[in-house]
Amino acid sequence: MNENVLRAIKVTGVAIFLFAILLPIILLGIAYFAPNHGKGKIIEYKGQVYYSNIGQLFSAPKYFSTRPSAVKYNSNASGGSNKGPSNTLYLLEVQSRIDSFLLRNPDVNKAMIPVDLVTASGSGLDPHISVQAALIQVKRIAKIRNLQELVLNQLIEENTEKPFLEVFGPEKINVLKLNIALDEL
Amino acid sequence: MVIDIVGSVILFFVVVVLAWPLGKYMNKVYKNEVSGTGLLTKIELKIFRLLKVNPSGNMNIRQYLVAFALINGVWLVYGFCILLIQGQSFLNPAGNPSMEWTLALHSAISFITSTNQQHYSGETGATYFSQIGVFTLLQFVSAAASLSVGVAIIRCLKKNGQQLGNFFVDFIRSCTRILFPLALVVGMLFISRGMPMTFDGPARVISLQGDTTLLATGPVAAMVPIKELGSNGGGYFGTNNAHPFENPDFISYMVHYIIVLLLPMAFVFFIGYFLENRKFSNMIFGVMTLGLLLVTIPIVWQETSGNPLVSQMGIDTRSGNMEGKEMRFGSYYTGFYTGENAVVPAGTITAMLDSYQPLSAIPMLIGMQVDGFFGGLGTGLINIFYYLIVAVFLGCQMIGRTPILLGRKIGLVEMQLATGVAVLQLMVPIVLTAIACFVMNATPGANNTLGWLGNSGPHGFTTIFYEYVSATAGNGSGFEALGDNTVYWNLTTSLAMLTGRFVPIVGVLVIAYLLSKRKYVESSAGVLKTETATFGLFLFMVIILLNALSTLPVFALGPLQEYFQMNH
Repeated sequence: MNENVLRAIKVTGVAIFLFAILLPIILLGIAYFAPNHGKGKIIEYKGQVYYSNIGQLFSAPKYFSTRPSAVKYNSNASGGSNKGPSNTLYLLEVQSRIDSFLLRNPDVNKAMIPVDLVTASGSGLDPHISVQAALIQVKRIAKIRNLQELVLNQLIEENTEKPFLEVFGPEKINVLKLNIALDEL
Repeated sequence: MVIDIVGSVILFFVVVVLAWPLGKYMNKVYKNEVSGTGLLTKIELKIFRLLKVNPSGNMNIRQYLVAFALINGVWLVYGFCILLIQGQSFLNPAGNPSMEWTLALHSAISFITSTNQQHYSGETGATYFSQIGVFTLLQFVSAAASLSVGVAIIRCLKKNGQQLGNFFVDFIRSCTRILFPLALVVGMLFISRGMPMTFDGPARVISLQGDTTLLATGPVAAMVPIKELGSNGGGYFGTNNAHPFENPDFISYMVHYIIVLLLPMAFVFFIGYFLENRKFSNMIFGVMTLGLLLVTIPIVWQETSGNPLVSQMGIDTRSGNMEGKEMRFGSYYTGFYTGENAVVPAGTITAMLDSYQPLSAIPMLIGMQVDGFFGGLGTGLINIFYYLIVAVFLGCQMIGRTPILLGRKIGLVEMQLATGVAVLQLMVPIVLTAIACFVMNATPGANNTLGWLGNSGPHGFTTIFYEYVSATAGNGSGFEALGDNTVYWNLTTSLAMLTGRFVPIVGVLVIAYLLSKRKYVESSAGVLKTETATFGLFLFMVIILLNALSTLPVFALGPLQEYFQMNH
């Protein structure tokens, strides 16, 4: 075989060893000793395993609901809506989400609904909502669970994730953690 | 908002602080001044002996181009074959199928050209074996290859160097000295943030309210570091950096932001150290930073302002346009990240670009077309280089001097090559868009029979143009409502990726080689100074002018029209 071709194949072989064998094995070894053994962030609750970073569908009214998802929180096929900002179908969809939220939460003033609660996330697996999105669900949940609103507001405050070092990133709430705390009350 | 601005400025300066020493280190690596007795050196010498290359040898331009072409050919055949049979191969716990041949060809080309446009979705379209053995591997080698070419070009411009060096030596050193250690460190960081690194198959999970679903996982942390470090962008999952496993929290976001820009910026500092001309690299740094700013600011502004049509519904839209965005990044930082990834062709996304405001598309498209405001690893220099030639030539015409760049006279052939490359880069996406529109027009009931466009009207037009610009620039991001896994799109974007990658690389290598053969002229009063802020500004204007002139009509048909329809 041509010497140049042979050399190209040899270089590729070296690269395969370095990057497709050695590096993954080292990282696998490191992951094994990491908390959760490199399987992602896991929380256990009542003997069940949950992935705290992967958003879940909360359609039951007794739970704080997550954001709309274009893939209905199917964690085997992430995806956004990919609808353009002027797409008529998209705008109708947002409007109907607002309407159905108001139906489920009759005490809420429309101007209070934050935009994240009626728009689909990028991955379809967004585990977070904004603080305001949690606050406007308090009345509904308090009524269903027979709890005082004050208790729920406090729960939200405890579960608010502040910006990193007070500077970087938005304030948000992990809905799964909040709902687990809610079940624990 | 103010706190976000402070945060993002700090983040940018962190990159500068890290890139500076890294540039110094790269200078040592490529001058072969790193300590001679270490373990790495021994391993490298073994590899060089195996390859039968002389570590201090030089290639001429013919040998260099042959080596570069052959190795890319080997990678293409390797990737294509494995993707065709991945369904039958091992490490496939999810039982994903093999790829259809145009998709396999598109994916292989996409990864050897460092474009990483993905017409498959990682969860269901690739096996663990192809994720590691093909996609991760090709991201490493394509990055090392373009880095080596970048180094060879700089070597040609050295005052008394006049040599290309040996492609294989630079390639191996890029792998062992730069990409491998960085990827290892970053991989560890990501694992600590909760990114999966496992060969277990998809997990069956039950949600708190009792729904059962499958959860895709895999050796994610082996792949994600290089997709950012090497300006590649091929994500593990379908939704790339928006996926909570590829980008678990805000700390991982900051790591992503830093490593996307790290090596392209370090390369600029490296130029200064290697040529012993810090003023020149500072000028380039200034131009690139200005470009990054002018691309980022409008996107951030548009996305934080929100969608006017949603605001009209009477809800609280203070957090901006959140469609397709993730709460843990918010609209400000998502826009900030998008600006970075428009100019650096990693082209990774933390949100779905299709749902951005129409005016955000314009800076994204300009950033991608220039592809040299920092740009890719090695390719950023290549793209800025032909603009440099054009700018020096124009500038000298204006003041009546002989065009001299870094002590070498620019001749007719160099000028022809530079303009040829520049014009071709701009024309390819426009022509391909025109053809696609023609095909749509000629097909009766195109929207249903072809199934290309998820959004119609001007937004659909932007979708088509964006796909081709992204393919040509090696960026790889896309408006995902495009039904892109079809024979037509797989083949036409493959063509765009091949020309977009190899024409500038070959063109600029030849230009640099020709320049290196000219006699070195000492700088004097009769030579246009290229190290000044004035020239930097002039270079910037040339870049913007060339791009604006060629694409303004396209902007008018796509994003601008959509904007005016929304805001009439």
